[in-house]
Amino acid sequence: MSGADPPLREPLRVSILAQGVYLIASIHAALDDEHFERFQHELVERIGQRRARGVIIDVAALDVLDSFGSRTLRDLGQVARLRGAEIIVVGIQAEVAFAMVKFGINLDTMHTALDLEEGLALLDQLCGAGVRQ
Amino acid sequence: MTSDETDEGAQQTGGAREELLPELVAHLGENREQLREQWTGRITDAQLLSAMTPEEIFSEATSIYDNYVEVLETGSTDALQHYARDLSERIIPRGVETEEVVSIVLLLRDVLARSLFEKYHQDFELLNRVLDAYEPAANRIANMVAVSFVQERERVIRDQQEAIRELSTPVLQVRERLLILPIIGILDGPRARQLTEQLLKGIRAHRAKVVVIDITGVPDVDEGVANSLVQTVDASKLMGASVIITGLSSEIAETLVTVGVDLSKMDTVGDLQEGIEAAERLLGFQSVRIDDVRR
Repeated sequence: MSGADPPLREPLRVSILAQGVYLIASIHAALDDEHFERFQHELVERIGQRRARGVIIDVAALDVLDSFGSRTLRDLGQVARLRGAEIIVVGIQAEVAFAMVKFGINLDTMHTALDLEEGLALLDQLCGAGVRQ
Repeated sequence: MTSDETDEGAQQTGGAREELLPELVAHLGENREQLREQWTGRITDAQLLSAMTPEEIFSEATSIYDNYVEVLETGSTDALQHYARDLSERIIPRGVETEEVVSIVLLLRDVLARSLFEKYHQDFELLNRVLDAYEPAANRIANMVAVSFVQERERVIRDQQEAIRELSTPVLQVRERLLILPIIGILDGPRARQLTEQLLKGIRAHRAKVVVIDITGVPDVDEGVANSLVQTVDASKLMGASVIITGLSSEIAETLVTVGVDLSKMDTVGDLQEGIEAAERLLGFQSVRIDDVRR
């Protein structure tokens, strides 16, 4: 456990917490396209700094996930993998999931889990047990 | 016949209606008891409304008769329409058929027409004018009662369809984190949508990781159904649950391949038992017979 929120240059509506070799990014409120881009840069940077092996993005607060948002998430997944970390998206609401498949938006290349707890369990599986201290 | 004569004829009929209707209404009012008696007698003879008791038939007949006369008198069908709807609501659950309702209204029309014949049969001219006044109104009433009945029936059918839909998509937990969804009956667009919604809610409520959807009871799986299943699977995956489809019959499998539906992303196994076994493997359960463990 590394402690409180890291200082952000300006409020990003996303808090990125470090927990062992994992990063946990919680989105607090709807992000516009610009915020999604900033979030992506911020997170990729932090993965390198912390040498994170796994990242969880919690989108439970989002009541819509549009094509730009999901593309950003997919890109994030690929970038993170290039830097040696797995990304798991957790907390997609039922209504959001339903709307996404209706509009043909998918996260096929990404891991998804029900919530934070499930996400952590899945990360343990993916990264090999015992990677958390 | 020239156009002048036609106009004159029409005017006469119009005038006759206004003049004769009150007389007609008075006649029907005076002979209320006797005509109602004749009518219920003919209903019983024709073995209509066999689902109802004679007392019920008599009391409904009285109301219909009075409403009928009122329509002739005032020209306003509101009260009768309201009554017809109310009556339909009461008798539909008891199995009264559309043709019965149409028949009894036509019987009343016939009874009343006969009584008019009887009254005016000496004066053919007058009888014609009376019938000119009576027929359109009577037809309108018969038409309206039948339509009300059919509308009410359709409403009942819609309600029942809704109820069947609600009942027919249970989301059941069979093990910790394992849900099954046995689908029985036709899977159309609205139902597929509702099913997906229920499943997604169930996944969150039970924290499910694996879902087995059994479609043994779906009679016809076409391209549309297959695509909606793919959407259900995708949406479940977004919520972290994997889906196993079971019960695809050989005919259906062949149809889907012929039509060219891509189900490569779907995890399908033969029947529900295999599906549950596969799900248990995913979840790390193992079912073993007690005998085998003891040995």
